[in-house]
Amino acid sequence: MTGSLVRNTLELSGIYKAYTRGKQQVPVLSDINLQVKAGEFVTLIGPSGSGKSTLFRLIGGVERADRGTIVIDGQEVSGQRGLISYMPQQAALFPWLSVRDNISSALVTAGASKSEAKQSAMEWLERIQLGHVAKEYPHVLSGGMQMRVSFLRALLMKRNLMCLDEPFAALDALTRADMQRWLLQLWEADRRSVLFVTHSIEEALMLSDRIYVLSSAPATVLREIAIPFERPRRADVWTDPAFVELKREVLALLEYGDSMIG
Amino acid sequence: MGNKRLRGILLPVVTLLVFVGIWQAVCAIFEIQTYTLPSPWNIAVTMFEDSAMLGEHVLATFKLALIGLALGLVIGVAVAVFLHIVPLLREAFAPLLVLSQNVPLIALGPLLMIWFGFGWMPKLILLVLVCFFPVALSILVGLGQAEPQLREYLGMIGASRWERLKRLEFPASLSYLFSGLRIAATYVVSSAIVAEWLGANKGIGFYLKLKFNGFDQAGVFGSIVCIVTLSFLFYYAVVLAERLTIRWRPRSQGDWKGASS
Repeated sequence: MTGSLVRNTLELSGIYKAYTRGKQQVPVLSDINLQVKAGEFVTLIGPSGSGKSTLFRLIGGVERADRGTIVIDGQEVSGQRGLISYMPQQAALFPWLSVRDNISSALVTAGASKSEAKQSAMEWLERIQLGHVAKEYPHVLSGGMQMRVSFLRALLMKRNLMCLDEPFAALDALTRADMQRWLLQLWEADRRSVLFVTHSIEEALMLSDRIYVLSSAPATVLREIAIPFERPRRADVWTDPAFVELKREVLALLEYGDSMIG
Repeated sequence: MGNKRLRGILLPVVTLLVFVGIWQAVCAIFEIQTYTLPSPWNIAVTMFEDSAMLGEHVLATFKLALIGLALGLVIGVAVAVFLHIVPLLREAFAPLLVLSQNVPLIALGPLLMIWFGFGWMPKLILLVLVCFFPVALSILVGLGQAEPQLREYLGMIGASRWERLKRLEFPASLSYLFSGLRIAATYVVSSAIVAEWLGANKGIGFYLKLKFNGFDQAGVFGSIVCIVTLSFLFYYAVVLAERLTIRWRPRSQGDWKGASS
């Protein structure tokens, strides 16, 4: 293992998963190997339908892989749930809970006491300037605000690995850029291990320490790319020539896939 | 919006008043006999003269219906949650629940009286059965309707079965529960009347039978007025309870009329 000084939060080795459709076995994931080191921001990027959500379900323990091992914090955890925090594509807030209770009830699931959960939810909502909507129901919030609440909910769960599944896909471009900067700021202050999924190459380059480029189904890792830009990331990092070069590389991989490698 | 809402209340009231006025006029003009069709005025006078007795009977029916509805609600929710948690039992019992709703009260009532006598017990059992089915069925449907995204989210963060029920499935089924409860509330009063008609010594059903046997048509209409009013109260109590409970949805206009929107 490279970098044996830093502990791995997540290690996937030889993950294979197929679904049965009719009489056929359709492989979705084929020999996936990847790691997320402690405090590292790792992004998976790949064409749609490349099984990224399936991969998350395996890590979350909702489904089991046919072959391969999933190790979180040094423990083999296949099929074990309750070890990660998670932010889905849609904000997935509970409409009948106030903004604060949406966060605090997730913290209770993660093992916090009710009072401490409510208190920390409130503190953080105020810190991100959403204190004034803490008692409101989610439907009064804008899409961007709902995503902030959803991210905060994932961040505050005291779990070492955060899995973010295309969290900004549904937002408009301006809100999206704004959310990326906001998320980076919060994350750089906290440095949790993150596994992030996106379709946007810019987003991946902007946020990550490393990127895994996945092939289309059955998905496998085409290339692992370390992102060299210093942290905290400058807002105009996308103007850097190295950024443009990396973007071109990833785009070519996504477009031509295996033929480039072979 | 306030204007529209006021109209929504005023218009039916005015329509009712016009109807009652025409009725009174028809009775007066054609000199219809009270034993054929009593005029609204006759009915009002009879109700006033009987008011002490009528009050007692209304109260008896109200109590019976309320206890029946409450027990039906509690048992209905409990059974639905149980069937939901054990899928095998749900598959076995859900179709039977639907079938059992078709058993006519008029057949069930006398049987219950044979088994449990003429006291309050058989009537209460009847009412509980009447309220239980719509409540259990609607909430059973509602429990399975929770949003898949939220279900997936709870799965991914490792929520337990109990948490899934408490945080997601039960709150998501509340609006279904209330639509079942609305049906139960409309049935419960008329079912109480049927039960009292079959055998009782108090309640509006009993009063109705008494008046009917005595050819006191004004009295019969008087009991109809009480029954309709009581049903109305039950129905809108449920609508009100729903409004107070489900506050997280942006309110749609004119929903107080329930089904129509």
